[in-house]
Formats: sequence, C-alpha cells, structure tokens
Amino acid sequence: MQRIKLCPISTNQMSTNQNQRVFDSPAQGLTRAYTNARSLFGIAMTALAATCLIISILPLFAVIIYVIIKGINRLNLDLFTALPPAASLSGGGVGNAILGTLIVVGIGALISVPFGILAAVYLSEFSSGRIDRWIRFATNVLSGVPSIIAGIFAYGIIVLTTKTFSAVAGGVALAVLMLPIIVRTTDEALQIVPQDLRWASVGMGASRYHTVVRVVLPAALPAIVTGVTLAVARASGETAPLIFTALFTYFWPSGIWDPTPTLSVLIYNFATSPFQDQQELAWAASLILVALVLLTSILARWATRKSIY
Amino acid sequence: MPSIEDHDQAIARQPFRKQGGHPEHGQRHQPNEHSQDEDEDFSDGIVLRTENLDAYYGKFKAVGGVTMALPRNRITALIGPSGCGKSTIIRCFNRLNDLIEGFHIKGKVYYYDQDLYDKSIDPIEVRRRIGMVFQKPNPFPKSIYDNIAYGPRVNGIKDDLDELVETSLRRAALWDEVKDKLKTNGLALSGGQQQRLCIARTISINPDVVLMDEPCSSLDPISSLKVEDLMRELKKDYSIVIVTHNMQQATRIADVTAFFNARETDEGGKQGYLVEFGSTKQIFQDPQEKTTKDYVSGRFG
Repeated sequence: MQRIKLCPISTNQMSTNQNQRVFDSPAQGLTRAYTNARSLFGIAMTALAATCLIISILPLFAVIIYVIIKGINRLNLDLFTALPPAASLSGGGVGNAILGTLIVVGIGALISVPFGILAAVYLSEFSSGRIDRWIRFATNVLSGVPSIIAGIFAYGIIVLTTKTFSAVAGGVALAVLMLPIIVRTTDEALQIVPQDLRWASVGMGASRYHTVVRVVLPAALPAIVTGVTLAVARASGETAPLIFTALFTYFWPSGIWDPTPTLSVLIYNFATSPFQDQQELAWAASLILVALVLLTSILARWATRKSIY
Repeated sequence: MPSIEDHDQAIARQPFRKQGGHPEHGQRHQPNEHSQDEDEDFSDGIVLRTENLDAYYGKFKAVGGVTMALPRNRITALIGPSGCGKSTIIRCFNRLNDLIEGFHIKGKVYYYDQDLYDKSIDPIEVRRRIGMVFQKPNPFPKSIYDNIAYGPRVNGIKDDLDELVETSLRRAALWDEVKDKLKTNGLALSGGQQQRLCIARTISINPDVVLMDEPCSSLDPISSLKVEDLMRELKKDYSIVIVTHNMQQATRIADVTAFFNARETDEGGKQGYLVEFGSTKQIFQDPQEKTTKDYVSGRFG
C-alpha cells in the first residue's frame, strides 16, 4: 500500500517534525475528529456568534411583543374613530392622531418626493463629476442631521413667521428629514440602470429628456418607490421635530394651518401622564405606529421584488 | 442645406480611394491602387470620412491620426487588438462619445460632405440617421412592441406603428419567432433574439448608416451567423460599420476593412492608430504593412 505523509512543504524531508502525520493510504485519516483543538475552537466560535445574533435581535422582538401585549386590549373600533378623552376620563381613541399623522406625513411627502426625485435625476443624469460629489456629500450630511434640528428649522421659518403651530410646519420638518433619504435611494437606483440603456436610447435619436423620462426612470421605478416608502416609514415615527411644529390637540385636525395631533406626539404626551386611560391609549397608539411602519416596510420590499436591475 | 439625394449624386462620381498609414509618421503607406477587381466595386460613393481624426478622453489621446473613407451601402469592418480605439472611432460617427465627460476630438468627421462636429450640427439629428447596435444586447425593459416603437415615438413619427413594428421585426428576421408575444418583455428573449431585437429597433427609424460595436461578441456561433446573414441583407439599404474581434467574421461579411493597432506612448498609456485601410480581400491576402500581416495571420493580437 502507498504510504502518504502530511507535513508543511517547507519542512526538511529528513527532519523528525512534530507536525508530520503519516498514513498508510491516501484516503486514511479523512474522518471528522471532534475532539481535537481545532474542531473545538470552531464549534465554540460558531456558538459565540450565534449567541450574539440572538442577543442583538432579541430587543426587536421584545419591543414588538411588549407593545402588542400592552396595546392589544385597547384595540377596538373606538381606538380608530374616537377622540382622546379629557384627562381623568376613560374610553376614547386616537382617531385624530391617526388622521393627523397621515396629513403631516402626506405634506412632508408632497414636498420631499418631487424635489428629491428631480434632484437625484439631476445628480445622476445631468450634473458633472465635480459638482455631484459635493452635492452627494451635502446630502449625506443632511441625512445625519438630528431630527430635532429639522424641527427647529421648521419652527424658525414656518411657525415664527406664520405665528401658529401647524401641520404644514410639521410637514416641512419631516420633508427635511425625508429629502436626503429620497435623493440617495433615487440616485442609487438611477446609477444601477445600465449605461448601455441610455446609450441605446440616445443612439436612437432620443433627447436626454426623453431618455430619462421614458427609459431610465421607468427602469428605476421599483427602487425609487422603495426609497420613498422607507422615507415615509421613517418620517411617520418621528417625534422630536413635531413637538414644536405640529404641536398637539385633543380634537380633529381643523386645517393644515392649525395645530395638528400626531401619533408620535400623542405617545410622547400620554405615556408619561399620570392617568391610566391615557397610558393605555399611548400603548395602543404605539401598536398602530409599529404596525404602520411594518406595513410600509413590507410594501417597500414588495415593490423591490419587481425590480428590473 | 441640399438634401441627401443631391449629395449622393455629387459623391457617386468620386472614385473610392483606399487610404492608409498614419500621417504622423509621414506617408509610410501610399494610397494603393492595385488589385481593384470586379468584386471590389465601391461606386456608390463615400458615406463617412475621417480626416486626421484624434480622439481624446480628457488629456489622454486614445486614438490618433485616423484618415479613412467608408463606402456607401457596404460593410466596413474595424479590426485590431483590444485597446486600439476601434469602439472610440465608431462612436465618433454618431457622436455618442459626446456623452462621455471630457471626450473631444481633433480633426474632421464627414457624413457625405457635412462636418459632423460643426457647431451648427444637432447630435440628436445625427443619431437619427446614424443608428447603433451595441456589444451587449440592450433591449429596453419594455415589451417587444414598445422596444421597436420607441424610436419612432421619440422622433415623432406618426405612421402606423403596428405596421412599422412588423416590418422592422421582419427585416431583422425576428418576426416569426416573436409575432405571438409582442407584449412580452424584451428581456425575456434569448441573447441572440435580444440582439436581433436591438437591430430591429435601430432600423425602425430607418437610418442611413448602422454602426455595430462587436454585435456578435456575446452571442453563440449560430446566433452570430444569423446576425451576419442579416447584415448582408441590410447592406442593400444601409451602410454598415462593424467593430469585430473575430477576423473570420470580418472576412465573411466585410467589403472593406480597417486594421487598427495600439502603441505604447511616452506616458506609459496605449494609443491606437490606423495601420492599414483597404478592401477586405487586400487586407487579408495582400497586406502592405508588416503589423497587418502579423495580425491577420494570427501572430499577435
């Protein structure tokens, strides 16, 4: 039978190296050995990594489960349709805050989506190398701005000049937060569209406008929709910029230039209140908000599923 | 500006002249008048002509000193090793290089007797007449029908689109394979079918010249032959310029061949230049330059 030696190639053939293993045939010694140090170390590291994974996803599930447990018993029709009761009373719902959130986020999207997409189109399709590097850098800086700064900005330019807290002021604050997300995701989506496709279009005698509108944007649409949805999901949970822009009321939103209740500010106000009913409502509102964010994220995933490139 | 037909009349009288060499190194290769057989009849005139064309990407000169004249209603092949600027040159013909930042040319490119890089020229109109097929099949992510109809639509052609789509697909020898699924996405076709779809798309706006940048390089041999048959068919109506790495393909389809090579520059980059330009027969059977001979006999490249 052919004998086989396993040893590092650098080892001198004549040496009696400790690492050298001698087998009677080439196929001998291939069986798994669980007891040697190398295998044990591998198993230990795998276990450690798995534990870290569990610890890091635990908070996510803990938050969702806790919110469900605390909020589920107030989940009824009133929650969605009724107004919150005055301080010490019981019952009621958060209908006004749901509507207010939709209005404020809607205003934010209405401002940021067209500006964001058009800015990204310019960035990706029309600008030249030196400018767009600076604009991309500025966008990244803007996306790192703490949300309360966006709130102060909207407070300064809208609330102080119109002399009223309003849904518009809240919407502007959210738009400032949504804008960089939309610009970045749209920009990335447009960059993924193959250059070939633009050349094909331009090579047919299409103008750049036609190329962008008829070829590039449709090809990038699923990814753009995902970006917009993620921006909306992020904005709908923001609290800090709304506290001193949209403010809060116990009543139905009466107009976009009036103070408007939102879910996140309602949670902020009610969770720390001494009244049990308000605390319960805060939990129920949290559940609605989590569900809303989850729903938009799933929607975003669903839109990317159909992505072309 | 007189119409194209007038140009044809004027240019048809000019004899086709073979040119070669690169002027930077003086007249190394004289215009060569021999071996003008019957099958090398280029009497339809010249469609595209370059004069001392240098192409730059920023400060980098990618191709230098290209002078050649491409005959009308014939297939001209641009061959040569990688990095010798064939694709750069072919994209000069429809001003597609304009889209690349920093690109500019020195020298002249003429379409009939019109300078294509004149300030008054609208590149969109140039591309309307000089269409292009790319290396990788690049159908739009739209239906087969919309792929073909795109060109006519953006050019404001109000003809019967159904008929135009059918004619274009028939001419690209694709109609029988796709006539029952015109609404399916163009990306769902096979690679060979996609490339013929791209050819159909290019001819849907009825250009005068069709540029093809290695149209068969991502296709299997059978699809390649189909595309080659198609080119032979198309040259009755269009002038075709094709970049190819495949010398057999050049001998099979091209009437005229331009051989490019690259040389090291002082800065360490590679710069392309036109080595020899002539009838395909002459380039492959009786090359005047040693590099051409080495290349076509497979000694390098």
